[in-house]
Amino acid sequence: MNVNRRGFLKTVAGASAGLVIGFYLPGRFETLAAAEASTALNAWIRVGTDESVTIVIDKSEMGQGILTALCMLAAEELECDWKSIRTEFAPAAEIYYNPAFRSQGTGGSSSVRSSWEPMRKTGAAAREMLLEAAANKWGVDKSTCKAENGAILHPETNRRLTYGSLAESASGLPVPQNVPLKDPKDFHTIGKPTKRLDTAVKVNGRAEFGIDVRRPGMVYAVVERCPVFGGKVASFDATKAKKVPGVKNVVEISNGVAVVADNTWTAMQGRRALEIQWDEGPNANLNSEDIHTLFAKRTTVPGVVARKDGDAAAALAGAAQKIEAVYEAPYLSHAPLEPQNCTADVRADYCEIWAPTQMQTMSQALAAKITGFPIEKIKLHTTYLGGGFGRRGSDFVGEAVEISKAIGAPVKLTWSREDDLQHDFYRPASYAKFAAGLDADGWPIAWTTSIACSSVSNGFTPGSVKNGMDRTSVEGCADISYSIPNFFVDYQMTEPGIPVGFWRSVGNSQNGFFSESFMDEIAAAGKKDPYELRRRLLANSPRLLAVLDLAAEKAGWGTPLPPGRFRGIATLYAFGSYAAEVAEISVDRSARTVKVHHVVCAFDCGHVVNPATIEAQMQSGIVWGLTMALHSAITIDRGRVVQTNFHNYPILRIDEMPVVEVHVVPSQEKPTGAGEPGVPPITPALCNAIFAATGKRIRRLPIRPEDLA
Amino acid sequence: MAIQFTLNGKAQTVDVNPGMPLLWVLRDTLGMTGTKFGCGMALCGACTVQIGGLATRSCVTPIASVAGKQVTTIEGLSADESHPVQKAWMEIDVPQCGYCQSGQIMSAAALLAKNPQPSDAEIDSAMKGNICRCGTYQRIRQAIHRAAQMQNSVSGAANIDSKSNAEQESAVVVGGAK
Repeated sequence: MNVNRRGFLKTVAGASAGLVIGFYLPGRFETLAAAEASTALNAWIRVGTDESVTIVIDKSEMGQGILTALCMLAAEELECDWKSIRTEFAPAAEIYYNPAFRSQGTGGSSSVRSSWEPMRKTGAAAREMLLEAAANKWGVDKSTCKAENGAILHPETNRRLTYGSLAESASGLPVPQNVPLKDPKDFHTIGKPTKRLDTAVKVNGRAEFGIDVRRPGMVYAVVERCPVFGGKVASFDATKAKKVPGVKNVVEISNGVAVVADNTWTAMQGRRALEIQWDEGPNANLNSEDIHTLFAKRTTVPGVVARKDGDAAAALAGAAQKIEAVYEAPYLSHAPLEPQNCTADVRADYCEIWAPTQMQTMSQALAAKITGFPIEKIKLHTTYLGGGFGRRGSDFVGEAVEISKAIGAPVKLTWSREDDLQHDFYRPASYAKFAAGLDADGWPIAWTTSIACSSVSNGFTPGSVKNGMDRTSVEGCADISYSIPNFFVDYQMTEPGIPVGFWRSVGNSQNGFFSESFMDEIAAAGKKDPYELRRRLLANSPRLLAVLDLAAEKAGWGTPLPPGRFRGIATLYAFGSYAAEVAEISVDRSARTVKVHHVVCAFDCGHVVNPATIEAQMQSGIVWGLTMALHSAITIDRGRVVQTNFHNYPILRIDEMPVVEVHVVPSQEKPTGAGEPGVPPITPALCNAIFAATGKRIRRLPIRPEDLA
Repeated sequence: MAIQFTLNGKAQTVDVNPGMPLLWVLRDTLGMTGTKFGCGMALCGACTVQIGGLATRSCVTPIASVAGKQVTTIEGLSADESHPVQKAWMEIDVPQCGYCQSGQIMSAAALLAKNPQPSDAEIDSAMKGNICRCGTYQRIRQAIHRAAQMQNSVSGAANIDSKSNAEQESAVVVGGAK
């Protein structure tokens, strides 16, 4: 990341005693942001007179470990005592904008990437101020002092002053600019497997998730929403609901009808007693079969070109061998284990919100619109998130704010699991037609793909959609790294009326499955080993080739397996990172079941901050991808989601968990994404292994029993 | 209707609708939010507590059925994260988002109370009712083995402890109410 000359650090008046420092970073994050410079504060450090060091966490902690990583980055330069670190979540404010988004938010595997320099610079500037404060006190040259483990030392005279004792005098000093950062070879914290700082509160029940927030005088609400997407309330009768003891109020809001009660369960009982007539709107007859037909039709006509190398049509026409395949993926729900929820308190001239959100600024803006207050009157507190995965935006925040505004009291809105599964912003269903041409030796010379699916960006970041092209709809296919001279991908944006959103690894989740399965089809058609074929085609992509080789080596690719065991391999570049995975499986064809025994993952995300987190995130991504492959589909019937709870939207459980082995490539390159890139390769690796076992190609997810017969 | 039970070793009386699930009594009536809501249908295990030492889904347990019983929640497993399962969870750094972990820990503690040295298969069987959307399963297995080790190596000391505590003599739950 470039920190340009307008970047500056400054001290900020804080309520508590001691040194408060913030780091302002203008500029943007190269690979993600579209527009030019904006000013953003990326971190705060507070050094207390009680020797505590408080790191203000400006990203949402949803399990990915960013809280710990941000502390590691700051501590590397601050030279504080690791045990003295406290954390608090940043309030919503412009100074905390993520340069990747020009708003406050967490996603796109951007957190370490966007904080890598700013957090270290914040720590370095604070350290220099503490050094100067000590030097002034002692009347010595600052260069003769050193910072170590929460204290400034003057070795010549064997004197020592703790950070706490220097905090107040340091806070009056000018903030140094452009303090040189440490040479990575001197890192004592970055790169070392480090335990998370949020584990204790997550094993004793004290971590406060959004759903745990309690406010004085708070009441509890649930909302009944139109089961059909795009529908609305025609009329309702609350008489019976209001008779449920403990129900205090029933109010209509823009998304439906809210029942307010003494507690969540009573609100749910009241909701059952509601009588609502819905205006089901234009989607009342929509079903999954229609959507499939619509997508299929759309891929028969030319779309918007996503990539064009050479002349794929001509090369395909002249190829010695031609293969074709259609791949499909269903809508998917995020299903974080903490259902959506929000606590809101709308007062006469301000609004306070407690929410497990990944999108603070968007939530603030929505609350400002609902209340009519300026954005600075929307005080938003971010709690721990019980999973995020791209789900947690602002819709549930808006509902809580509307209810609080209507009833004039603080309210906690809780969604049921059914609400959560049926009113999500889904991973788009997608349909993709593939063709490849092979030369006489079986090497691919042409590749074409036509994709039809909904656009996620249309709803969330419309500015990024240009001329009908949403890159998230084609990522994982249009940007694959293989050298194939004639390569063509086009896209048909198709909107059947189902709300879609960012789902862990976004377009790579389905397109990675499509592309890496089709690559395996090319290998089979050309009679090549799937690993050797990929090796040859990745000769110009050294980092992807390196993880491919590492995964193959650690998995023993090509070595004999016990009878009944088979391997599949896949690889993908996504979020700036390189991942390759090998799945070892067995298939019981009479029982029509597959078991994943072992997964080897090789990963390169540049300079690693916390290797323990990377390992956990890769395991996590693999579980996520296996759930997608083996279990999940959201289907639509009469404009409604069919699935209701975990019995018909199953999540991978511990008895299906393979042994996952993670190998991280050592690197001094700038850090890249880690939360999402582990997801895409596992599904094709698994399906490619099933092909090795059965000779059957799986082109539609999730895997069905008949696919394994 | 007033319902009496023992919550984390202490007598507790609540006056609520007898059909209200224990989960919501804990969370909304008593303000003990360590026990989580995940599905409301005993499908995910996030709401797991121990009743009489058995792992129980509180989201489908009417409060009336708890009358006179011993209930242990995550808050009562130990006062200071000193239960072997909690210690192992911290040593292995199991949690990611952490939302399912109260339930995972309560299930794991119930398993170890019954089976001090479970195999991987026994762990899978006892823990498959608990969903972890972050996918911490590999570390959960590892941490249960580690907790078994810790528990077995200090079981002598723990017995002396519990005998010295009159309140715990009748408790079925290992390392439970304090």
